[in-house]
Amino acid sequence: MARLLEFTLNGRDRTDAVADNILLLDFLREKVGLTGTKTGCDGGECGACTVLIDDKPALSCLTIAATVQGRRVDTIESLGTDGQLSAVQRGFHEKLGSQCGYCTPGFIMASAGLLRKNPNPNEAEIIEALGSNICRCTGYVKIIEAVKYAAALNAQGVAP
Amino acid sequence: MNKIVPAHNIGGYVPMIDGPEKVSGRAKYTADILHPGMLAGRIYRSPYSHGEIVAVDVSEALKVPGVRAIVTGADCDKAFGVLPIARTEYPLARDRVRYRGEPVAAVAAVDDASAREALRRIKLTVRELPAYYTSKAALAPGAVQLHEKKPGNVERDVLFELGSAEQGFAQADLVREGTYNCAEVCQNQMEMHAAVAEYDAVRERMTVHASTQVPYYVHLMLSQILGMEMSHIRVIKPHVGGGFGCRTETLAIELIAALLARNCNGTVRLVTTREETFITHRGRPETDIKLKIGMRKDGRIKAVECECDQRGGAHSGYGVVTILYAGSMLYAIYDLHNVKYTGRRVLTNTPPCGAFRGHGTVDIRFAFESLVDELAAELGLDPFAVRRANLLQAPTFTDNDMMVNSYGLPECMDWVEKESGWARRKGKMPKGHGISKGLGMACSHYISGASKPVNWTGEPHATVKIKLDFDGSIVVLSGAADIGQGSTTILAQTVAEVLGLDLSRVRVVTGDSEVVPKDNGSYSSRVTFMVGNAALDAARNLKSVLVSAAARKLEARPEDIECLGELYRAGAQDKGATFDEVVAEALKDSGTITVTGNYSTTPESHGGKKYRGSAIGGTMGYSYSAQVVEVTVDEETGVVTVDRVWVAHDCGKALNRLTVEGQVQGSVWMGMGQAMSEEAAYHDGLMLTANMLDYRVPTIQDSPPIEVGIVESMDPHGPFGAKEAGEGSLAAFLPALTNAIADAIGIRFNDLPVTPDRVFEAIEKRRLALGKNNGGA
Repeated sequence: MARLLEFTLNGRDRTDAVADNILLLDFLREKVGLTGTKTGCDGGECGACTVLIDDKPALSCLTIAATVQGRRVDTIESLGTDGQLSAVQRGFHEKLGSQCGYCTPGFIMASAGLLRKNPNPNEAEIIEALGSNICRCTGYVKIIEAVKYAAALNAQGVAP
Repeated sequence: MNKIVPAHNIGGYVPMIDGPEKVSGRAKYTADILHPGMLAGRIYRSPYSHGEIVAVDVSEALKVPGVRAIVTGADCDKAFGVLPIARTEYPLARDRVRYRGEPVAAVAAVDDASAREALRRIKLTVRELPAYYTSKAALAPGAVQLHEKKPGNVERDVLFELGSAEQGFAQADLVREGTYNCAEVCQNQMEMHAAVAEYDAVRERMTVHASTQVPYYVHLMLSQILGMEMSHIRVIKPHVGGGFGCRTETLAIELIAALLARNCNGTVRLVTTREETFITHRGRPETDIKLKIGMRKDGRIKAVECECDQRGGAHSGYGVVTILYAGSMLYAIYDLHNVKYTGRRVLTNTPPCGAFRGHGTVDIRFAFESLVDELAAELGLDPFAVRRANLLQAPTFTDNDMMVNSYGLPECMDWVEKESGWARRKGKMPKGHGISKGLGMACSHYISGASKPVNWTGEPHATVKIKLDFDGSIVVLSGAADIGQGSTTILAQTVAEVLGLDLSRVRVVTGDSEVVPKDNGSYSSRVTFMVGNAALDAARNLKSVLVSAAARKLEARPEDIECLGELYRAGAQDKGATFDEVVAEALKDSGTITVTGNYSTTPESHGGKKYRGSAIGGTMGYSYSAQVVEVTVDEETGVVTVDRVWVAHDCGKALNRLTVEGQVQGSVWMGMGQAMSEEAAYHDGLMLTANMLDYRVPTIQDSPPIEVGIVESMDPHGPFGAKEAGEGSLAAFLPALTNAIADAIGIRFNDLPVTPDRVFEAIEKRRLALGKNNGGA
């Protein structure tokens, strides 16, 4: 069965016919074509598919698309304004929080969620916020640096 | 006018040039490719560990609406494999299945649900055979052979003795032996395996997008499996989400996708699940090591005897090379003589293992550095001192003919010793109340690319092209696969450095066989050294074209032309010509300019002929690493926490300090996973840990700060003196950890991973033994 889904995706209202059982992850990637959100596991293991739902990090692989009715969903594609990278994006780029880049959209969305809630997190808070995202390249050292740098940029007025 | 000076592009902290795509979600990986009308592929895998195939019945599966193609072993009778001497694996099993998870059939359907439904209706009938899940079981007398040509289930045995171990042990003051077991570990790269194959039936052409480290091998294997001319095949490597070695080999996935696409004259996307990615891991084999070292009182090592068995899985893969590396890389880190090595690569009914970061060297290094520490303790020597007693003097050749030209290991040790406060703190770490701290150290090394490529063709080891056209942009064309390690950035930096231009002038095109020169691929840390040198050659050739053009334009002799990047001039008084003017002048002669750069390794780096397979381990330059690990052991729970790691890596010249640090931290951390939590576990051949919850990769909460020191030994052959940075620091973590645990609680762990239950059990065992002794007294 399918139903009409009305929600806000990356700042735009839209209405889609969606199957009852389609995951938000597959809907975003396969139906909308927003492939920035990644599939990294068989469900809830790695955090690569993290998006923001009403500003809170959520695993799109464990979210049925139909449940975001009336809500705001932000993906990696929503970040950055006027062609400029957002604070978190700059952090991950300039501090090498991203190597192969596959886990990056998930980490960036989880970090953006953190900074929207807590613009000045300490290291323990950063670690807690990213505890369910797995990166296989960096050893996380530079990811922590990236988020700290992003928080500093955010304090200077760059949107997270 | 501002003073024009050449731009400098190496030696600093340079963010990756493809970073903006990755952080914005624009970077396309294979699974991100969407074509209208594309079919979904799925693989039916054997639920049996070992059996003769009686029948593969797909008749019911074909009736599922939406199914467009089903292929089985009957559709392809050609075998594949990364080593030309060991091609025994079929894309889809024929005659026999040899492990649980081996591909047997594949389906292409209009959507994933239909493909999955078809899989459920495939019926495999086998006559089961005895299956062997350990090296010991497979080697037992009377065991059924997995492969006809491999008696005793030994894929390859290696034996060499250089010098005399017996005589060496006779000269030693102390001889000790240890046995070690390292669990099988998986690369578990974040991007699951994927391939998109597109068959053009009209022109009989095949295009395959593959998540590979070596597009060239995929190209070779596609041609072999499909029976198609290589010129009719195109391989594209999009962004790749890590590899760590598993994608060095062509995997069945790429080949199966292509078989399906040709079968239905369409486009098939085949993306594996995480579980399948685990089963297809080609990781580091479970390894059993028996090691004996003889040492003099002053710490000098006099003899080494090493036996190594690797549980290789059901097919060779890279296995022959792995078992050779384990022996050859005993050398080239310390000054060793009188070494005897016996290695066996064993065939078992588990998924095939392959090349995993630090290929072949890691488990052996764990054993070696552990036993050296034990001997040092017994002789009352400091762990640093005992290693310093065995240093090489570069330049030199080792007993197994490995060429060592640059050797920054002493400086690496100095750095970690100083930064960790070793002299002040070692032996004085806080203990008591069930919480004990400890410090441990170890060293490791790795090659900067195998000097002799797997597919030896006589061509240069690496070739790079540069195109320069009317727009003045420098386009570097290379087949080197960036899999996240940053090779594309290194090539851009190299070319920009030679030409004195800003990095923004340079673009790098990689990963499309239709456009870029062939490359031997991203494995064994070869790209910076080999492809970097080819890029250096190409850039110098381009510079010489530009200097000639500038000379013509400025009516001067080429030898008088000074290149300042954006300005070429003949002497300091000359107004000169801008880069764009020089390009315009150069194009007058030839139109679009393309130059080639090549790099070939020197024959003396290819190893000697003292034993069969002695080329393995040969390289133009070895990297070196030293590490100190600080741990806290909770004796009540067995939980070990790594508080901090100091690592120094000799990468020759650090072309990009940011990416060198990133690679070194990533290596250390990956070593930590293997040492502390990662293990591919099986029950009757079924992988029990085929997800990221049961296969425990350290999370950000488990991971320590990692301080990186960069040692620049300036290799005489490396590009600007550079060597590898992406693998050499992995191995030292393992023994540095167990040495630190031994320092903390006085218990030595020779089996990996050192999980809390193992630690707890060992502490309990000691407690009981002490209790018994006390009770008896």
